[in-house]
Amino acid sequence: MRGLILSLFSFCLIFGITFGHLTAQTDDQPSPLKEVVEEVYDTKAFDPGEKAIGHIVDANAFHLFADYYFHLPAFLFAPGYGWTILSSTRKFKPASKGNGTLAIDRYVLYYGAIYRVNDPSFPLETVEIDGFHYDYQKDDDGNEISVLQVVYRGNNYDLDSKSTIDGGFFGGKITSYYDFSITKNVFSMLLTFILLTWAFFSVAKAYRRRDGMAPKGFQSFIEPIIVFIQDDVAKPFLGNNYQRFMPLLLSLFFFILGLNLLGQIPFFPGSANVTGNLGVTLVLALFTFFAVNFSGNRHYWQHILWMPGIPVPVKFILTPVEVAGMFIKPFTLMLRLFASITAGHIVIVAFVSLIFIFGNAGESLSGSMLGLLVAFPLTLFMLAIELVIALVQAFVFTILTASYLAAATEEAHH
Amino acid sequence: MIFLVDFSVIKPDPGLVFWTTIIFATFWIIVGKFAFKPIVAALRKREDDIQNALDAAKIARTEMENLKEENEELLAQAREERTQILKEAKEAREYMISEAKKKAKEEAAIIVRNARNDIESQKSAAIKELKMEVGNMALEVASKIIREKLNSDEAQKEYVKKLVDEIGMN
Repeated sequence: MRGLILSLFSFCLIFGITFGHLTAQTDDQPSPLKEVVEEVYDTKAFDPGEKAIGHIVDANAFHLFADYYFHLPAFLFAPGYGWTILSSTRKFKPASKGNGTLAIDRYVLYYGAIYRVNDPSFPLETVEIDGFHYDYQKDDDGNEISVLQVVYRGNNYDLDSKSTIDGGFFGGKITSYYDFSITKNVFSMLLTFILLTWAFFSVAKAYRRRDGMAPKGFQSFIEPIIVFIQDDVAKPFLGNNYQRFMPLLLSLFFFILGLNLLGQIPFFPGSANVTGNLGVTLVLALFTFFAVNFSGNRHYWQHILWMPGIPVPVKFILTPVEVAGMFIKPFTLMLRLFASITAGHIVIVAFVSLIFIFGNAGESLSGSMLGLLVAFPLTLFMLAIELVIALVQAFVFTILTASYLAAATEEAHH
Repeated sequence: MIFLVDFSVIKPDPGLVFWTTIIFATFWIIVGKFAFKPIVAALRKREDDIQNALDAAKIARTEMENLKEENEELLAQAREERTQILKEAKEAREYMISEAKKKAKEEAAIIVRNARNDIESQKSAAIKELKMEVGNMALEVASKIIREKLNSDEAQKEYVKKLVDEIGMN
């Protein structure tokens, strides 16, 4: 246990020294930025939906509380301009609410997230900015949209969000830059990776050292979980083949479970909505997709491409269905995990928001108390449900992967 | 409705995709190879060991049962043998006793016969001797009578009577 705490502590420490900087800006020099931002935000009523989304999205700096941020390194790439590497988002000299006061290579920090000015007239070097502003514009379809702008020397410049690869399907697009930073989500994944690696290496060591003996300590805590995956997931589906796929199944299960549980912790270093991000679940589903199709045998491909034992006209219908199924299966894995974790995070934030809604956004203490009375049991209930969901979703992802692998490696039996 | 915050969780970010791929692949390769594989192998080995131990116990139990059966068989056999031996011993004893009795009877018969023969021979010898003695006595009596005859009748009678008493007393 001491090793765990030590590794956790040293990870945060090394990370903090190397890249991150804990900052709290003192308001000794009032910046014009603050006023501009407050103009944007304070005129709006408290919006729980916005609050929830603000909590589940990825960010370049880890919000701790109030104006305190855990700053993370940034690796940014803009085609035509090259790489911008910052040891920490602290370089933006954030004032309040994680808003940077500097623009570096046309990048700015807004609420802990990096945006880029896509305007050749904006200076490339590091310059001081005046603030941020929301501009309401009409998009191509005539809908009113809000566009975030940076104010620099009296001019407003539109800001680009980072490129996304949803092909415009969810409103994202390839913009002027790519963000390869160690974001909040990447930081959480690295932390989970280190914790799990430490945990399983120590368990593996225990198995080596205590060969032929009963499990003990942490080993006896982990063993039932591994045996559960082995006996209730791998063996029923994969039969004698199970040992070959156990590393993948266990990796998926523990990686997802670790991230889910870390996300349940409501404060740093937890709280990141990693498995509730479509990019992450996409990659996990792709691992399943490739594992299934690379281990697919002749029998599997025969059943997809030219199903034996049915009339030829039916085959022409069935083959497209089967080929589509190849992609739909991992696609559902991706969506299921993403949706359940994101939904859980949103609901918890929404329940906590009840306190502020009842309290009229902090104006009425008695209203807040009433809100707390309502929100407390609801949030507690939701957190309990979320713990179950964390386990169930990791389990479902693993068991479905096992079943797809079973379908791909099954020997012909007719 | 205008959202000031972008619902970006649904938009896959290439940077996040890149890092997730790297981190998960590393996790799978390193932990899969150096932790999960040995753990699963160790579990398999232990499972096999337990199965082997159970099988061995089962075999030992069957062997024990067989041994017990054998023992019982041996015991029954021994018991039977003992009865047989006892029976034989009894028979032998009875035979010996009857033999001994028979022999004793025969011996006794021989002894008796011998004794009888002896008695017979002794008797005949005694009779013979007696006969001779009586003859001698008669001769002596006759000779004495002849000598006394000459003296008186009365005296003769007296004398004969005295002689007869003497002989009779002997």
